[in-house]
Amino acid sequence: MNRTAFDPHDVRGDFPILSRRIHGTPLVYLDSAATSQKPKRVLDTLATFYETSNANVHRAIHHLGEEATAAYEGAREILCRFIGAGDPTCCIFVKNTTEGLNLVANSWGRSHLQPGDEIVLTEMEHHSNIVPWQLVAQERGAKIRYVPITSDGLLDMEAFAGLLTNRTRIVGVAHASNVLGTINPVAEIARIAHDAGAIVVADGAQSVPHMPVDVTTLDVDFMAFSSHKMCGPTGAGMLYGRKELLEEMPPFLGGGDMIERVSKEGTTFAKLPYKFEAGTPDIAEVVAMGAAAEYLSDLGLDVIHTYETELVDYALEQISTLEGVRIFGPREGRASLVSFSFEKIHPHDLSEFLNQDSIAVRAGHHCTHILHDVLGVPATTRASFAFYNTFEEIDLLVRSCRKAIDFFS
Amino acid sequence: MSDLRELYQEVILDHSRNPRNFGRLENANHEADGNNPLCGDQITLFVRTEDGMVIDISFEGSGCAISTASASLMTEALKGKSIEDAQELFEQFHGMVTGDPMRESQSAQSMGKLSVLAGVREFPVRVKCASLAWHTFKAAIEEAVEPVSTE
Repeated sequence: MNRTAFDPHDVRGDFPILSRRIHGTPLVYLDSAATSQKPKRVLDTLATFYETSNANVHRAIHHLGEEATAAYEGAREILCRFIGAGDPTCCIFVKNTTEGLNLVANSWGRSHLQPGDEIVLTEMEHHSNIVPWQLVAQERGAKIRYVPITSDGLLDMEAFAGLLTNRTRIVGVAHASNVLGTINPVAEIARIAHDAGAIVVADGAQSVPHMPVDVTTLDVDFMAFSSHKMCGPTGAGMLYGRKELLEEMPPFLGGGDMIERVSKEGTTFAKLPYKFEAGTPDIAEVVAMGAAAEYLSDLGLDVIHTYETELVDYALEQISTLEGVRIFGPREGRASLVSFSFEKIHPHDLSEFLNQDSIAVRAGHHCTHILHDVLGVPATTRASFAFYNTFEEIDLLVRSCRKAIDFFS
Repeated sequence: MSDLRELYQEVILDHSRNPRNFGRLENANHEADGNNPLCGDQITLFVRTEDGMVIDISFEGSGCAISTASASLMTEALKGKSIEDAQELFEQFHGMVTGDPMRESQSAQSMGKLSVLAGVREFPVRVKCASLAWHTFKAAIEEAVEPVSTE
């Protein structure tokens, strides 16, 4: 195999946690799709902010307040460039992807959906792009349709086109599946959805950290993603929205920072993006999320994607040699994770076993009950990779799985 | 580090591979569903009681080795017991797997085969797996309407 020049050993030193030993054995962290590890640069940004610039944003007329505001707004500009949004006022800070998707469902959904309207989701959506829609659909009397997946774990695009009607208002789709690893053709989906008069709400949680993502090229109406999956801290995330839509949407949360003027008679709301940022945000986390985006940009998202593709290809090749294994998702063109199962070993038992070798994977349904029902398995084991993982770690995973097969059969 | 052999004792592996009292009980007069949403363990428990006694008991579902073995061992332990004794055994079992000395103290000797699950207490995330069947039994007897969740 011809491998890229990228050497993960050059960056592993940036991540203090990767030098940890667990049960005396070096940590093998294969759970980055749940949350990524954080480089020193991000951790230092968090600490430095609290040590030197901590103040509330947007209101204080004092030096620290200005510094904090500049850092917070600076992060917005970094992230705006990071996803090709073009306009920072379309980039709203939220707590995480889930909150971003709830914002769209509650604000756009509740103000636009009429009884009998339709929402099209896919069978591979994370619960965060299903449950908010179910809640709003129930309230507004709208219906939800699900795009089926093919046996290769791809979206059935023909079925998708067939599901769209003149009542379809919203198409919700994961850019990359957190279980199948499928990278969905979001630009094509957006084109088809727009032709049908629907808006597209993309879940970017598993794509933004791992590949170049440009919301303008994808032509999505909304995309949400989380800091903590892209080497940033927890507690921060972003919702990108198309300006015309954001402007006419009602606020999601009310409170400080999102108002223009409050009187006993009522309130007028602040301009974008502040209309959607009620209350004191996670300031330090947002600033550190900006540092994470810069860190990834310095490595190069295209370099990261190329290397991670090599990793996942190798993982697919190696895992498929395991006796009795079933691998879910497409064989190529996928995000850097592999979900698999064995007839005779429950994922929970397997991950307990792997944990004895200090290998961290995820076992369960990964917040995708509907997908697991479709796949016909109650749970799967998922190994997910980031650019700081090595080919040797995949060898360790496979060796440990082999031992587990012997143990449990 | 706790040895995996402490957790996965032979008896547990045996019961997980060949669960006893597995399948639907046609003449059950109590039934309940239990879920462990974290890992996807799912169980349906069937119980036939007469005159305050557990006459027959079985389960269906899918889960990890710990939850399957625990359900299997529980059905063996409860069959023929009075409901009162079964509920006391629930308390003792719970004390054993959580390492709660208050509940555990009276029990150590009387747990019989169930004591193979004592190792679970060293693996806190697995306590839910071991106790799912027991919570479901309690719900079945108490005629709970909502499915049991260990969350």
